[in-house]
Order: sequence, then C-alpha cells, then structure tokens
Amino acid sequence: MANGASPKIEVTVPAGVKLPIYLDNHSTTAVDLRVVHAMLPFFTEHYGNAASRNHVFGWTAEAAVENARGQIAALIGGDGKEIVFTSGATEANNLALKGAASFLRKQGNHIITVATEHKSVLDTCKRLQREGFEVTYLTPAKDGLVTPDQVVAAMTDKTIIVSIMLANNEIGVIQPIAEIGAAIKAKNPKCLFHSDAVQGVGKIPFDVEAAKVDLASITAHKMYGPKGVGALWVRRKPRVRIDPILDGGGHERGMRSGTLPVPLIVGFGKAAEIAKAEMADEALRLRALRDRLYRGLTSRLSETYVNGSMERRLPGNLNISFAFVEGESLLMALKDVAVSSGSACTSASLEPSYVLRALGVGDELAHTSIRFGIGRFNTEAEIDYVIDLVVKSVERLRTLSPLWEMHQEGIDINSIQWAPH
Amino acid sequence: MAYSEKVLDHYENPRNVGTFKTEGVDKDEIGTGLVGAPACGDVMRLEIRVKDGLIADAKFKTFGCGSAIASSSLATEMIKGMTLEQAAQVTNTTIVEELNLPPVKIHCSVLAEDAIKAAIEDYKKKHAK
Repeated sequence: MANGASPKIEVTVPAGVKLPIYLDNHSTTAVDLRVVHAMLPFFTEHYGNAASRNHVFGWTAEAAVENARGQIAALIGGDGKEIVFTSGATEANNLALKGAASFLRKQGNHIITVATEHKSVLDTCKRLQREGFEVTYLTPAKDGLVTPDQVVAAMTDKTIIVSIMLANNEIGVIQPIAEIGAAIKAKNPKCLFHSDAVQGVGKIPFDVEAAKVDLASITAHKMYGPKGVGALWVRRKPRVRIDPILDGGGHERGMRSGTLPVPLIVGFGKAAEIAKAEMADEALRLRALRDRLYRGLTSRLSETYVNGSMERRLPGNLNISFAFVEGESLLMALKDVAVSSGSACTSASLEPSYVLRALGVGDELAHTSIRFGIGRFNTEAEIDYVIDLVVKSVERLRTLSPLWEMHQEGIDINSIQWAPH
Repeated sequence: MAYSEKVLDHYENPRNVGTFKTEGVDKDEIGTGLVGAPACGDVMRLEIRVKDGLIADAKFKTFGCGSAIASSSLATEMIKGMTLEQAAQVTNTTIVEELNLPPVKIHCSVLAEDAIKAAIEDYKKKHAK
C-alpha cells in the first residue's frame, strides 16, 4: 500500500458469464423471445385496427386482443371483459384513482394509501388533494408491511378508495392484500379497494377474488412482455364504475379511449400465459438464487442490513445496505452489473429513498443501500460472480471510508457532532 | 451518469489514502479536517502534516460518491508542498475544472475545499498558544 493506495480488486469472470449482467428486473425485464415471436405477425401481417368492424384485418386484430384479455385475466383470476388496456401502470394507477375519485365524489372525499407506494400512486393522490380530496398516508412498520387493522382504523364514513400495492418495487415486500381486502369490505362494502399489483403479478400468486380488490393495475414489461402496454382490471360483479381521464372514441367500454396497440397487447397476453404456466417453478429458482446471493454477501461481509421483511418478499428481490459504503460509489465499482441504489446521489432529487425513509431506515443507511432484482434470465454463475465482485468492492471502499475506520475503533458515529450540509 | 476520465482515475487509484495517526507521526505536525455528515451521504477526513511551514504530506479517507472520493483525493495531491496560506486559497472551482464535475456534483468539490480549510484551522488552533 505504497502512498496509501488502496489495493486493486481482482475478480475472475467465470466461463459462460457475459458482461454486463442485468440485475435490475424491478425496473424492467427483457422481453421473452416467445413473446417476441407471438408479437411479430401483428406488426406486418395482421396490422388491422381492432376497432374496425367491417373487414378481416379488423376482425383478426380484435380476435387477438380478445385472446390476450383472456390470457391476462386468467393470470389474476378475473374475466377478460374486465381488462382495460392502458399505456402502462402509471396510466392504470392514474385512471384507477382519478377515475374512481371523480365518479365517487358525491359519496365521499377520503382516500387511504401507504407512504411506500409507487410515485404514480403518491403523486396522483397529491393532485387529488389539491382538488379537495383528503388523503391518509399510512406508515408501514419497520418490515415495510401495513396491517389490516391499521387500514381499517384509518377508514371513515367518507373513505371512498383504499390503494395498497401488492409488492414494493424497491424492497420487494409483499403486503397482506387478501387480509386487507377482507377487512376493508367487512367495514364498508362500498369502499373501493385498488391495488398496484405491477411488481407482484406473474411473480407470486395473486387472485382478484381472493384479494377482494375492485381495481388492479398491471403492466407487461415487468413480466417479460413489451414496454408501452399495461392494464387496469376493473371489477364487473358487482360493477365498479370510474370516470375516464381521456376523452375520445370510447374504446375499452368508455374507460380508456385510443386505438389499441395490438402487437403490444398480444405480447402482454403471451407474457401472462407464460407467467401463469411457469410462475411456481420460476419462483423456486429465483428464490434459490436470491438466497444464494444473500448468504454469499452476508457470510463474507459484516455490517450489512436487509431492508424490509425477508419472509414476505418477492423471490427475486434483495435490498441490502452495506454500512459505511456510499451506494453510488459502490455502483461505480459494479459498473458491469446493473443494479440500483437508494442513495441520494443516484436520484434526481438528491434525497435518499423515500421508501427506506418511510420504514424508519436512517438516512446514513439509506445512502448505502443496493437493490438487486433477479429475473428469469439470470444464472447461478452470474450470482457467484456478483457476490465476489460486491464483497471485494465493499471491502475496498471500506478501506477508504473514515466511518468504517471509526466503527472499527469502536467510535459511535452518532456521538459525533456532524454538520449537515 | 458518465464520469470523466479523471474522476474514474482518482476513484480507481485514489492518492494518499489513510491516516497519520497509525504511522507514528508527531501529533503536533498534524491538522485534521472532518467535514460532511453520514446522513447527507458524504463525509471527508483530510489530514495535513506540516513541516517548516509547508504541507509536507496529506492524507484522506472519504465516505461518499465517486466524485467525492475523487475530489478529496485530488485535494490531497494539490496541497502537498503548499504553504498554509496557499492551501487556504484553493477553491472548489479549481477542483471542478480539474475533474470536469457536472453541476450536480459541485457540492463534492465544496466539501473538499471545506476539508482543506478545516484541516488548516485545526493545525492553527493547536499552535495558537
């Protein structure tokens, strides 16, 4: 260590592992080749408008769309007629909340959601607040979970919608949706229950009947389908009514106007069909890879902290803080591995992850968090390489860290008078 | 975000990492600046060793992003051989230019400037009497 230089790290890339490695599957997924093959004819051969009722091009497109509705509905235990296609989950969440709030305005003005929801739910709620609605943001426990009692306690006679996600996009924790749904309906059957089910559908079992949801948002690109298409499932029995947020040709039973993107919808359907058939086996495989990653990292590194419940978590998710190593500096060391961090330096807002904050994770640990999202196309050899690379990178960065040195010397970081800047 | 070659170089081969206290250096020769906060995601510790009025050596350790590590590494290189007065005049803009830091990373260079100043202050305080 001449001149105080820190040692270079060396990590061998195992045979068969190609760099870069994609471990950001909560962000988006690769399109499965089987999905691509299903989509292709609908670009150049069957390119009709599904709303064209008077020629074979339109009929073929419409039949393909109806087939996809069935495939998607089957994955979540619903009926194809209940699927309203959108441009993605952001639109589905906007449509569910704005559409329901607008339609139910006379019935009440109170909405309940959770502080760890996706921004497309939280920011929609903030807009509704500006329009006169009242919103309660529930704080989850340290493990990221909310309880049915907590939800029911927040309900008033003005509550019209409760919106709670199935699984979290950062920490992967799975909310007890069925228990929450039952509790909401027991208190007030007329209160709507919406779930942003994007991260969970296709990964873990989700059934709209069992969960007693009225509205559920899903998207294709988180389950190996194409980007640019999602859906809002809208219950028909008993019928749930929402106002549209787009005006136009009255497509999708008047709830979402606009020509349907038939190739994307066909891909969405195929992706749902594959997910339904392979989910159980895939979950076992991903969980094994995730547990291997977890054990590999935590057996070799001290001062690591998993964020959120380890028991109620998506099979492919690991969100972990490496204390005393800032997240963005670790991402730099992992330049051949695609992951994301809750560090402020990686966000546009320069604030650490609001999800980790809501869990009560201190800012100093939030800055050191990394989210690993393991998916269908990851291999054991890739995981082994990543373990080795992360361990050696964390060790190297800790040799650079004054906080690590203080920790080693037994100095309590919290006892120092820091100057926030 | 794409980093400049210089940031990558300092990140991968940081100069002057460490602390004088493990090297048996006379405490009177050392000035230490500890700036930033763990909750803000960056903490820099910069030490100077002063001999005959000149900064004979400098060391750092940084908890922070790549640009923070590079800024403090560069700062130790720059101030070596300077008088305390010269070092006190090193500004963050020099670091920004040298490392080609984007606007969102300017606070890293400010922190490095603060670290230099804090180390000088600490040294002067020890020798005030």
